[in-house]
Amino acid sequence: MRRGARDGVVEARGVSVRFGGVTALDSVDFTLADKELRCLIGPNGAGKSTFFKCLTGVLRPSEGDIRIRGIDCVGAHPHRIAGLGVGIKTQVPSVMNGLSVRENVWIAARKRNSTREADRIVAETLERIGIADSAGEPVGNLAHGRRQLVEFGTVLAGDPWLILLDEPAAGLTAEEAERAVEIIIEMNARAAIIVVEHDMHFIRQLAKTVTVLHQGRILTEGHVDTVLGDPLVRDVYLGKSQ
Amino acid sequence: MTARQVLSSVAVAAIVMFVLPVFFDVLNLTTFAAYALLALSLGFVWGYGGILCFGQTAFYGLGAYVYALTAINTGEAWSGFFLAILLPALFAAVLGAMMFYGRLSDVYLAVVTLVVSLILFRFMNHTAGEQWVIGEARLGGFNGIPGFPTLHIPGDPEAYIYDENLYYFTFVVLVLCYLLTRWLLGSPFGRILVGLRENEQRIELLGYDVRARKTAAFAFGGALAGLAGCLYANAAEIITPELFGLGLAAEIIIWVIVGGAGTLIGPMIGAAVLGYLKFVLGLRAVKEVFGRENPLEATLVFGVILILFILFLPRGVVPSIQGWLGRARPGRAGAFGAGRRRRTRAERARSNA
Amino acid sequence: MDLAAVVVYEILYTIAFLALISAGLAVVFGMMRVVNLAHGEFVLLGGYAAIVSHNTLGINIFVSMLVVAPLAVAVFGVVAERLIIRFLYGRLINTMLATWGLSLAMIGAFTLIFGPTTTSIKAPIGGFAVGDYSLSGYTIFIIASAVGVVLLIFGVLKYTRAGLIARGAMQSADMASAFGYDTSKVYMVTFAAGSALSGLAGGVLAPLVGIGPTAGLLYIAKAFITVISGGASVVSGLIASSGFFGIVSQAVTFATNSVIGEIGLLVAAVILLRLLPTGISGRFFRDRL
Repeated sequence: MRRGARDGVVEARGVSVRFGGVTALDSVDFTLADKELRCLIGPNGAGKSTFFKCLTGVLRPSEGDIRIRGIDCVGAHPHRIAGLGVGIKTQVPSVMNGLSVRENVWIAARKRNSTREADRIVAETLERIGIADSAGEPVGNLAHGRRQLVEFGTVLAGDPWLILLDEPAAGLTAEEAERAVEIIIEMNARAAIIVVEHDMHFIRQLAKTVTVLHQGRILTEGHVDTVLGDPLVRDVYLGKSQ
Repeated sequence: MTARQVLSSVAVAAIVMFVLPVFFDVLNLTTFAAYALLALSLGFVWGYGGILCFGQTAFYGLGAYVYALTAINTGEAWSGFFLAILLPALFAAVLGAMMFYGRLSDVYLAVVTLVVSLILFRFMNHTAGEQWVIGEARLGGFNGIPGFPTLHIPGDPEAYIYDENLYYFTFVVLVLCYLLTRWLLGSPFGRILVGLRENEQRIELLGYDVRARKTAAFAFGGALAGLAGCLYANAAEIITPELFGLGLAAEIIIWVIVGGAGTLIGPMIGAAVLGYLKFVLGLRAVKEVFGRENPLEATLVFGVILILFILFLPRGVVPSIQGWLGRARPGRAGAFGAGRRRRTRAERARSNA
Repeated sequence: MDLAAVVVYEILYTIAFLALISAGLAVVFGMMRVVNLAHGEFVLLGGYAAIVSHNTLGINIFVSMLVVAPLAVAVFGVVAERLIIRFLYGRLINTMLATWGLSLAMIGAFTLIFGPTTTSIKAPIGGFAVGDYSLSGYTIFIIASAVGVVLLIFGVLKYTRAGLIARGAMQSADMASAFGYDTSKVYMVTFAAGSALSGLAGGVLAPLVGIGPTAGLLYIAKAFITVISGGASVVSGLIASSGFFGIVSQAVTFATNSVIGEIGLLVAAVILLRLLPTGISGRFFRDRL
């Protein structure tokens, strides 16, 4: 990883991913400013998750350049990227099922803090996301929505300055989704956030700026109302050919 | 681990240590204590690190050979004692780094560890000739190495520790290793290791280097197994390539499964109890019950035990008892049985209904 | 010149040996993702069946090796599958452990029934000479058997309806059952087929190798690494890795001796898995049979 001077928190230039003959991402340029909250949307197979995986280091792009705070992250191992202070939440709730809620969050907090400090952060975080009442319970026993909250907790406890969320609203009840929106907006006060999502209702509550991916390319980018009002975007979502 | 927990563990261990010789032969007990330490090593690596090592005998046998070879060459025991911890740990670190940085997992990991102990087994069997000598010690092929100096009071190579004293020494070492492992599991390293067993990807995405942590855990397990090998060598006073063998490799797995992966005490008890069972099955008096011609084979019994446990009690005895007593704490007891699949709430509701 | 012929002959025999002892495991692992650690004892059971059938019952030796041995082990395989393995599908580690238990139980049972000593039968084909070297004619029969087994697996999977259903069920059990196939039965039949192949290997190898209760160790270790290194593709993985390991172990054997050759084979397996974590076929023959 090399350091270099650039403006944004995330700078992606010409990022392409090819699997065999299939181009999943085609030369994507993307910039995220500090403290920005951006939603990445697009129909299934648009390349959202592929792009997300490139950012988190799970996937190495075939071509292109990704910098996070100016640090070259292409080919960096996921733990190196997370170690920079990036909080990541994957699509399927990725939690430690056999451990208690408290233990899950503690492991996240301990990464950058002493044991004592981590204990304090855990108490605070559980309070903040509203799962303090099940602190001692194994996460595997919780319902899906509560587990999503636990994963938010692990992200929050690391006190990241960049947060990457892949479909945070998936499988949540309306009520839980609202809570998730609150948490994300609260986190945004301290961190830049990228949200990959296709639930339109959720996005409208959340974002100002939206980037639309379609067939591996960026279709359009702009304010949420403008973009969602765009007939082209509507066609893409309804599956019309262009 | 609090001071009270340490004290209560030590108190229980002391009672057990003094009561056992009333009922059993001390030489057997010494061997079972060495087995228990070996089981502890796999119980840690597998039950808490989620690393299924089929070849824990590699480090065990290595510990025994390193001890015997060093003891013969130096004429005293203690440098061999420490080398028997250090070298297996180093070997485990190198092997572990090779596997974990190479992203081998599950079945491949099992294969590699099994093959490594098999290589050592075949190699040691092959060293019968005159040319296989390390210093003054002959490797001895399948006959193994007899007659090496055993443990003695430090500074006085003539004052051997044997019989009861060797038993007490072995037992104390076992308890110390148990406490050390408990302490390690309570430390941040141990807590993160358990998280890693639960969800490797999550730990990685939280910024921890999974590969380095698994390698370290594997090396610690190697050190414990090496020490167990050294203690066994002192009890048996002869070592053979069988220490690397697949028969023993299978037995360790059975001890851990029967006792319960995901606990430390379970595998240790499993090792002692099954070690005793094997001893009893090997007794002439017991064989005669089944007829002199057809002794009941210990291998047959152990195989059936393993099958039955996998099918009916994959969590093992200790976690199941803890579960019945309602003491199952997350991340401690029985979170990781041989059955890796965790039951969801819905499944639980169904089976309770 | 004669030496070269002998070397080639030995290499071919080693490859054939590996392919034979691995075929059953390859079918079961490749198709069902089940690692049968009792595989070595399945091979032994085939050997014992052939020996008992020929020596005790006086059945023709070729019938004993080629019919009785596979059938006996197939029946045993079905019993093991119904009683143990079917409860553990999808749990790779648990099947490995349970079949390891089965392996130990079988070793114990063999010792009880046949005693701890090694038994064998006489090879039905005599030797011949190449220059100054005398070679076993039976080896040619082994090589032919191995080729036959590989062709058989390929043919069944590729050209028969049963093979197609089996492949489909392994790809997606839900889909196959949605089409009205009983996947449980498919698994059972596949396991029986794999067992039959193991039994066949034991049968035809019985005249060449000693059959004793603990000899299974030798087979499982070699078959295991051959199959795992071969990767998920049944036929191409099997050919590639038995070829590779056969050449490596014979090369090392010629340079040193047969024990070191065996160790060389094991070391090669560890290195190979480090370099190709998904096996040879996972890297080079993806999506082939």
